Amino acid sequence: MGSEHAVIVGASHAAAQLATSLRQGGWAGKISIVGAEAIPPYHRPPLSKAYLVGEKHSDELLIRPATFYEKSDIDLALGTRVSTLDRANKILRLHDGGSIPYTKLALTTGASVRKLAIPGHTLDGVFYLRDLNDVNRIRGFIGAGKSAVIIGGGYIGLETAASMRKLGMNVTVLEALPRVLQRVTAPEVSAFYSRVHGEQGVNIVTDAAVESLQGEGVVTAVKLADGTSLGADLVVIGVGVLPATELAEMAGLAVDNGIVVDEFARTSDPDIVAAGDCTNHYNPIYARRLRLESVQNATDQAKTAASTLCGKLESYHALPWFWSDQYDLKLQIAGLSQGFDRVVLRGASDSGRSFAAFYFLGDRLLAVDAVNRPKEFMAVRRALAAGQSADPVKLADDTVDIQQAFIQ
Amino acid sequence: MPLITFISDNGSEREVHVASGTTLMHAATDNGVPGILADCGGACSCATCHCYVDEAWVAKTGTADEVEAQMLDFVLEPQPNSRLSCQIVVTDELDGLVVRLPKNQI
Repeated sequence: MGSEHAVIVGASHAAAQLATSLRQGGWAGKISIVGAEAIPPYHRPPLSKAYLVGEKHSDELLIRPATFYEKSDIDLALGTRVSTLDRANKILRLHDGGSIPYTKLALTTGASVRKLAIPGHTLDGVFYLRDLNDVNRIRGFIGAGKSAVIIGGGYIGLETAASMRKLGMNVTVLEALPRVLQRVTAPEVSAFYSRVHGEQGVNIVTDAAVESLQGEGVVTAVKLADGTSLGADLVVIGVGVLPATELAEMAGLAVDNGIVVDEFARTSDPDIVAAGDCTNHYNPIYARRLRLESVQNATDQAKTAASTLCGKLESYHALPWFWSDQYDLKLQIAGLSQGFDRVVLRGASDSGRSFAAFYFLGDRLLAVDAVNRPKEFMAVRRALAAGQSADPVKLADDTVDIQQAFIQ
Repeated sequence: MPLITFISDNGSEREVHVASGTTLMHAATDNGVPGILADCGGACSCATCHCYVDEAWVAKTGTADEVEAQMLDFVLEPQPNSRLSCQIVVTDELDGLVVRLPKNQI
């Protein structure tokens, strides 16, 4: 084991967990994490929230302090870009001309932002929001009274809008579809978030077609196809991500909307595992292949991948869950709602700030979006993991204890 | 720096010194204490940093707020002294704190 070398490419949530789990699982060889950013793995969710508004320092974002990796004998090769993966010789070739040999490889390359190639997108003051560096640059453009235009009414866009309102900025969110969060929630939940953002002073424009970003050197306005011009001191584009599969593809691994892995996180190469946002994997609860963009998946699949590398096969079968904090709204999501044919509400979505939306396909409970309803979230997370469904009538009755609603 | 003792389900103990102002969750994750997963990183969103505060310390660590309490209702094997460690901030007053960890978080 002593001459073995597990190399993890990508240095975010999945990498931090994979390295830790490898050590805890008894991997006796060398472990290296190779990452392009100069900082050890950090929590990304606070980037659009506490870090953006200046409530957290970058040190507080670290998943583990640098000393943890030293003590665990995990080598951090930061600021290091991998250019190619040579599977025949089991070696990574680096951008700077160096190379790293491996005996086992883990790809935790994550996802990259989807770019919007509209006129003016290279102007200063136009940003994406994925990495610490993105937010560091955004922070140079924000401030009370300034105007931000956010392109994309998904979770990143809405969280950024909430943070910028907190800073006293004028905020417009442009969504290309007829409602915000359209791809991920029911119309009731979209309407709820539109209402609350409106109450908080955000100008939400749906069915928005962005024509160009305007300015000389630095962005000053966003022009829409209908002729509207919105003044902007900065623009943040949040229109989704794409799995970072270039390295895997160039190396000839099976890639299909993510790096294809089996239930043990193994790629088509027996010496290479993959975990997190970059993978396309099978989920036995929903009986289909998925690509998930979430901390939960990064963390849990990394544990599976680490077990595999330690020679202990444990299949991946975790229930997906997510969260999003905006203003005083704590949204917790358990399960996947895609494909639902019915939504049951518990509490009111058209007034107040606390309700849960349960998603059904036929008689089967698929998921819950719980807003300021931690009890409903926890109960559904447990029930779905146990393969239970629920009685929609009981769920809809706020006077009935949620625990009474589940059906084996 | 306050001393915290984590006792795992199998009885093994880990003593760690942490700076005041650190959360109990970070005290565990920064030192690689197994048994605290802390998947959400301290957002009080996942309930995977569940711990049992030693009875002698319950008065000093305070009690869970409503959100935390609702989450705690659904952790595995909840007890009256259950807390989410991300919601406890270590202070000089907590020097010597003893917490026990559950067998499983989820």
